[in-house]
Amino acid sequence: MAKTLDITGDCCPMTFVKVKLTLAKMQSGEELDVALCEGEPLNNVPCTVTEQGHEVLSIRQEGKVHHVLIRKA
Amino acid sequence: MESKEKLSIVCFSGDFDRAVAVFTLATGAAATNREVTIFFTFWGLNIVKKRPGRRWTGTGILARFFNFLMGGRNNLPLSRLNFGGISPKLMTGMMKSKNVATLDVLFDAAKELGVGFVACEMAMHILELKREDLIDQVTEVIGVSTFLDRSRDAKILFI
Repeated sequence: MAKTLDITGDCCPMTFVKVKLTLAKMQSGEELDVALCEGEPLNNVPCTVTEQGHEVLSIRQEGKVHHVLIRKA
Repeated sequence: MESKEKLSIVCFSGDFDRAVAVFTLATGAAATNREVTIFFTFWGLNIVKKRPGRRWTGTGILARFFNFLMGGRNNLPLSRLNFGGISPKLMTGMMKSKNVATLDVLFDAAKELGVGFVACEMAMHILELKREDLIDQVTEVIGVSTFLDRSRDAKILFI
């Protein structure tokens, strides 16, 4: 069961700050489902977590909210 | 794995709005896999004073006056339209109502993200600030040559 993080109400830079800090507290192999809005968060969160070595498993859209599923490296 | 991109920020200003800029850049960069160091000098030292309010820090009369009048992190003035210190509080309220991280939130995030805090030896000397007058996250008191040496392969911003 993936952990969840909702950053739809957050602005730059707390969107990716929260993703980074949440991933830092997780174990390797655990999954995180991040709910975010389109624009800056959707453009940047998948890229920056990939850069940090994590894996983006899927990106799905539910109305205006996008869910990025990440597996921690 | 290739080495991390580095960002060094010279935090010269002790203005509230500029401090928000410093910590927004620092946390954003640290969260996107960059190694970040903030070099606090002159008025920027007010942000990292251990006591966030107004204190008569120092030994000489002028240093004591400067430190009292400048205050700490709770006394940072807005660079424009400060209105005797009311504006930073109004601005913090506006930031909260729009769900933008406040300076305190950014400050805590920077510490949690492992942003490096260093302080300027020379400015501390002038203002008669001692190592123990600054928060524990300030790991080192360094001079300009050490700072430049460390920032050799970094982007440097002056705020």
